[in-house]
Amino acid sequence: MKIVIIGNGMVSYKFCEKIIAKAPAGTLEIVIFGEEPRPAYDRVHLSEFFSGKTADDLLMAPASWYTDNHIRLHLGDPVQQIDRVHKTVHSYKDITETYDYLIIATGSSAFVPPIPGVEKKGVFIYRTIEDLELMRDYAPKATRGVVIGGGLLGLEAAKALLDLGLSDTHVIEFAPRLMPRQIDDNGSRMLQHKLENLGLHIHTNKNTAAILGEDTISALQFADDSILEADMLVISAGIKPRDELARLAGLETGHRGGILVNEQLQTTDPSIYAIGECALYNGMIYGLVAPGYEMAEVAASHILGDQKAFTGFDMSTKLKLIGVDVASFGDPFAPADTCRSIVFEDTMKGTYQRINISGDGKLLLGGILIGDADAYNMLLQTTKNKIILPPNPEDLLIGPRGGNTETGAGVMGLPDDALICSCESVSKGAICAAVEAGNETLGDIKKCTKAGTCCGGCVPMVKDLISGTMKAQGKYIRNVICEHFTYSRQELFDLIHIKEIRSFDDALDHYGQGDGCEICKPVVASIMASLWNDMILEKGNDTVQDSNDRYLANIQKGGTYSVVPRIPGGEITPEKLLVIAQVGLKYNLYTKITGGQRIDLFGAHLSDLPAIWEELINAGFESGHAYGKALRTVKSCVGSTWCRFGLHDSVSFAIRIEERYRGLRAPHKIKSAVSGCIRECAEAQSKDFGIIATEKGWNLYVGGNGGSKPQHAILLAADLDSDTCISYIDRFLMFYIKTADPLTRTATWLNKLDGGITYLRNVVVNDSLGIAGQLEAEMQSLVDKYKCEWKEVVENPELRKRFNHFVNAPGAKDPTVKFNPLREQKKAAEWK
Amino acid sequence: MNWFYACKVTDVPANGGVCVKYGEEQIALFRFARRDTWYATQNLCPHKQQMALSRGMTGTQEGEPKIACPFHKKTFSLSDGRCLSDETECGITTYPVRIEEDHVYIGVHAG
Repeated sequence: MKIVIIGNGMVSYKFCEKIIAKAPAGTLEIVIFGEEPRPAYDRVHLSEFFSGKTADDLLMAPASWYTDNHIRLHLGDPVQQIDRVHKTVHSYKDITETYDYLIIATGSSAFVPPIPGVEKKGVFIYRTIEDLELMRDYAPKATRGVVIGGGLLGLEAAKALLDLGLSDTHVIEFAPRLMPRQIDDNGSRMLQHKLENLGLHIHTNKNTAAILGEDTISALQFADDSILEADMLVISAGIKPRDELARLAGLETGHRGGILVNEQLQTTDPSIYAIGECALYNGMIYGLVAPGYEMAEVAASHILGDQKAFTGFDMSTKLKLIGVDVASFGDPFAPADTCRSIVFEDTMKGTYQRINISGDGKLLLGGILIGDADAYNMLLQTTKNKIILPPNPEDLLIGPRGGNTETGAGVMGLPDDALICSCESVSKGAICAAVEAGNETLGDIKKCTKAGTCCGGCVPMVKDLISGTMKAQGKYIRNVICEHFTYSRQELFDLIHIKEIRSFDDALDHYGQGDGCEICKPVVASIMASLWNDMILEKGNDTVQDSNDRYLANIQKGGTYSVVPRIPGGEITPEKLLVIAQVGLKYNLYTKITGGQRIDLFGAHLSDLPAIWEELINAGFESGHAYGKALRTVKSCVGSTWCRFGLHDSVSFAIRIEERYRGLRAPHKIKSAVSGCIRECAEAQSKDFGIIATEKGWNLYVGGNGGSKPQHAILLAADLDSDTCISYIDRFLMFYIKTADPLTRTATWLNKLDGGITYLRNVVVNDSLGIAGQLEAEMQSLVDKYKCEWKEVVENPELRKRFNHFVNAPGAKDPTVKFNPLREQKKAAEWK
Repeated sequence: MNWFYACKVTDVPANGGVCVKYGEEQIALFRFARRDTWYATQNLCPHKQQMALSRGMTGTQEGEPKIACPFHKKTFSLSDGRCLSDETECGITTYPVRIEEDHVYIGVHAG
């Protein structure tokens, strides 16, 4: 059977993939004609072209995929004519091919409204990689960019202009609101407000009358006679199905475009199918990728004699527009006479959520989510599967508020035929069956079901289904480290402790399998450092350290490193400041004060690190361990030595603490601070452990952190004298180091700890486990073994050798490292 | 195939990598000491175009040797260069390695 496909976009590719998988090997001959110069690529993620992806990254499959599957692919060669009588097609490059079945997958082109001046230089459409390349080449000349069209594609195009560096970007919409087809007035207002806060200028109710300028665009003129100056214009006012060929061949088309198809995607000629955005089914063009894939599935099945039908497709969608969540599902606009709506609008957070509920209150019909679309997957499933709503349906949006309210059984409560991945049409039942068959990781599920491989929106639900199914099978889900060590970190910690293991190879020989990987190596290295405090680059353990530990510096954009000497408590003499200044000047480093009251020097070449540190160490500095999962800084306010409010000398205590725990390695970084009074200028309550002076002594707080989920530290013990305070910190830190999962900060660890702060207080303060003495002794031994790692490297020629970019050209710097000027200093060149 | 001398066996840390200069090119060389096998790839990580793979961490995934880039932990197969952690990411070029006594040679295509 010979199939010819016109067009090589995402849907065309998907059709090939599906029919190859279904047909017996060797029975198909497939020929594709594509207009564009490259094979099918991911148009959904087109804007990533401007945020670092290359055209090759976006390919659906490399060119070799087509040859491997015996597909003849003619690129840059559009079909010119279809001869239905002789069942042949004829191409631009004069190739004639016969067909048994012809698939038209020509997609759509940008709809360009007939505005005078659209032919001027600087006017673009946003559709193909070529369009993007033209925009990219033109953008450096432009400062103000304008997009006509405030729909989904228009906002995507606006994002592209922002990514191209046009900070002055405007969006023009003819309708009174953005995304008029997907969201309602209030949702649109919220979206507009959020986008404006992000720096986008939005003009609604604007009808563009003309594009002004000589050869090149200079401004837009609107029907109300107002004028907006512009250097660059992108038109994204909608799509137009590519139906010209079909029309020429006498196939029936809709009067507003689109090739008429039946439920099997056949056109008015039964041996010709149309799929994707060029097909018109039941008066509708489906402008999303998921229905296109479904059409590919139905057409492929029908050609092979299987009866499947395309009966329309849910157009629910969730996306991130310039960082703002926008989702619309089911019937977003259900009218007030047949349904009731629940609306939450939070102008503080900038969220708008609307759900439409059937008149009897039992079913969810659809809704709109702006600003926060976390609930989208569950709401969509509830709508599609007609799941009976809980008594307080608003709980679906804001969660239960105490009492015994039910919100349903979560994703495990869905029926088996619930569609989880709509791009690849994978049901809940298929995913659960795959898990039961032993595919227990996300990677396995992606491989065997394809769920989650397209837009990725269903991945959180797939993960929940994996763990839910495993739990239902009675499997104990243990946090094992990776395929090489089937132990939790705490178990491995105890084993390494008992067997006194001091190298990664020994650990692997005794308790692991295989060769290790980037997950288990740093975990074992960190455990050994927490237990023995040996020099981390010795005993063959150098290559199992996380990259930053291996080079005792933080790798930065471009491949250079930063240098952070320890400045305990943030106290530094003018002499030492001079040394830092001299080093910065000599090695041409960018200098910045850090949040932890020290000085960061950026842009050091790998081969310069030992020389830089040699100078710093000679001046009395030590490593600051900014590169390690280790104690970072103990920040302090100036305290009673100068401050008129200070109760105690917070700087001296901070220095004492920082010098005690310097170099201490842990499951994650540790930060601390000491404040000299309740005004809390050192922000101690945002640290892993923080100390605040009181009239009677020190209050010790634990488990705080800043970061993406800020959390205040909790009071562990009050009014302590300095020595008791340090004993408690010893116990707290050792207990954390021994029991936490990898890469878990103290805040998360404490949140998960059974019994929480009460239990921790019992262990640390009341010694309920009888291990306080042991914890203190273990900490003391680590403290006694401390040595500055950089001092050891500087003094050891063998270790110094490791700090070279080229093994066969010692001292030579990486010639690809580039810097750009920034104010009076420099910065790393941007990612490509 | 041109075989060029890269360095001595002992110049490469056990179970780690180094970067070898070959004209204007940079090649990452890896030594799996536990299995006494060697691999070489381009030093450039395709994800953010950084010259960094030689400073990454070696390991295996279901027996397949791999390298993890130090920047964002993208992992690449050392046998065929494909990206293991992200199917949509480009692969990397691999080169054959030959050991003669304590000398390491890397094979590159002529021209």
